[in-house]
Amino acid sequence: MPTSLNFITNGKAFFDETGRISLFAARFFREVVKPPLEWRELLKQCYVVGYQSLLLVGVTGFIIGLVFDIQTRPTMIDFGAEGYMPAMVSIAIVREIGPIITALICAGKIGSSIGAELGSMKVTEQIDAMEVSGTNPFKFLVVTRILAVTLMLPLLVIMADTVGLFGAFLVENLKGDVTFSLYFNKVFNNIVFGDLIPSTLKSFFFGFAIGLIGCYKGYNAEKGTAGVGAAANVAVVIASLLLFVLDLIAVLVTDIFYDL
Amino acid sequence: MQTSPQIQANPLIFNEKERGAPLIEIRDLHKAFGNHHVLNGFNMDLFERENLVIVGKSGSGKSVLLKCIVRLEEYDSGSLKVLGSNISELGQDELDRIRSDVGFLFQGSALYDSMTVRENLQFPLRRHADRMRGEDEEKLILSALESVGLAHTLELMPEELSGGMKRRVALARTLILRPKIILYDEPTSGLDPITSKEIIELILKVQHQYDTASLIITHDMDCARVISNRMIILVDGINYGEGTYQELAGSSEPKIRAFFK
Ligand SMILES: Nc1ncnc2c1ncn2[C@@H]1O[C@H](COP(=O)(O)OP(=O)(O)OP(=O)(O)O)[C@@H](O)[C@H]1O
Ligand SMILES: [Mg+2]
Repeated sequence: MPTSLNFITNGKAFFDETGRISLFAARFFREVVKPPLEWRELLKQCYVVGYQSLLLVGVTGFIIGLVFDIQTRPTMIDFGAEGYMPAMVSIAIVREIGPIITALICAGKIGSSIGAELGSMKVTEQIDAMEVSGTNPFKFLVVTRILAVTLMLPLLVIMADTVGLFGAFLVENLKGDVTFSLYFNKVFNNIVFGDLIPSTLKSFFFGFAIGLIGCYKGYNAEKGTAGVGAAANVAVVIASLLLFVLDLIAVLVTDIFYDL
Repeated sequence: MQTSPQIQANPLIFNEKERGAPLIEIRDLHKAFGNHHVLNGFNMDLFERENLVIVGKSGSGKSVLLKCIVRLEEYDSGSLKVLGSNISELGQDELDRIRSDVGFLFQGSALYDSMTVRENLQFPLRRHADRMRGEDEEKLILSALESVGLAHTLELMPEELSGGMKRRVALARTLILRPKIILYDEPTSGLDPITSKEIIELILKVQHQYDTASLIITHDMDCARVISNRMIILVDGINYGEGTYQELAGSSEPKIRAFFK
């Protein structure tokens, strides 16, 4: 039952599902290196994934930055560490909050829409129609979408980070009279490549996971309209779970490098 | 159903010597889902330029049979040759080449709903550039659409078309690769009698124009009568009855008679 959620409670189903997802991922890597690439569709998907999520990710990033600053400020003032606010906010946003919040939003928006789109194409036999006309639907539909999400997510994360930092600046400026140049000076004195590179790298993996799960669920959707809904829904649940697992792994790996 | 004389099926002569090697040859085909046996030793030949109609009850395995022919489903045992190649032994590239010679009209039309009619036709064409025979893409698209009488729908989206129009655009999309064989899965299901008749006329016209062989699945006996050169009755997973419409209509076998009530 590829679109059900019973794999969470059932051990055998869990390993079966993990195996099938791995095979799907392996097929992606086989097909992505086999020319020709469907450029036109790839660009279209980049546009869909990137541009159409811009506002949503921007607004969320801004609010998160704002809220985060408002909530941590009083504690920092108690400790007399008000001057460290920009440093703390920037590290929290760039290392963790920006990537994970953006990825979760995209799992909800992009993961479900890929799941639903491919699911309905599967159910109405459009994928079969591509297959029997001797064209390669995996390449046209799956490879392009996974690539698009993988490439666009890091960009969305960078944008969310920027907007989030700006949101935090507003609070600092209104409540603490910190000027724009002072704030961003402190921010950039504290963020180093050691923060940017791991968080960008992990954003690639987040994007890959969202694209992979959305495509896997849609491509293997079960017949009937219920199958489409299930594909979209389960795609979001699995992708979100997977994001946290990946995040944990990423943090553990980065931690090794910080210790060196 | 009344049909004008010029759209009768090809008067095909069933002369063993003249019909040549079959385009599709199926021997003793078995297919089961779990322990639900759908096909139980099905046999069939499809010859050049003929219209072979398969009738069978709902759930008797007609769609499964068509899907086995293009390897959307794998069969369990038996042999299935399409255009001389054993379909289960082909690599992906050879399979794709055979598939581009076999048109498939789906029960629900299966138009790509995120693309315009033009893009629907472009899709297979661009990916089989060798099929364009040096001709202009635009011209091929227009002529395929003209042969189904829908040249004016070029820029419409599938959702803007009626059920009958969708079926016709799907046929144009199939025709654009000039297949040698067309498989029709219930071409008239879900359409009103008048539109059904138009589709039937179209299938016959297309067959005259492009010289294809057609395998048509239906449970519409009017459609079968007008369109078929030869019929197979699919019952219990085998080719239970075989012959022309008239021969089968005159049969005394109860399971065959049941279709002609
Ligand atoms: N993927 C599948 N998994 C399990 N069973 C299937 C599958 N596909 C078809 N079947 C079963 O095979 C049988 C034949 O199905 P098929 O779709 O070929 O029927 P059909 O003759 O085309 O019917 P209809 O006229 O209603 O389209 C049905 O009993 C169906 O339940
Ligand atoms: Mg069917």
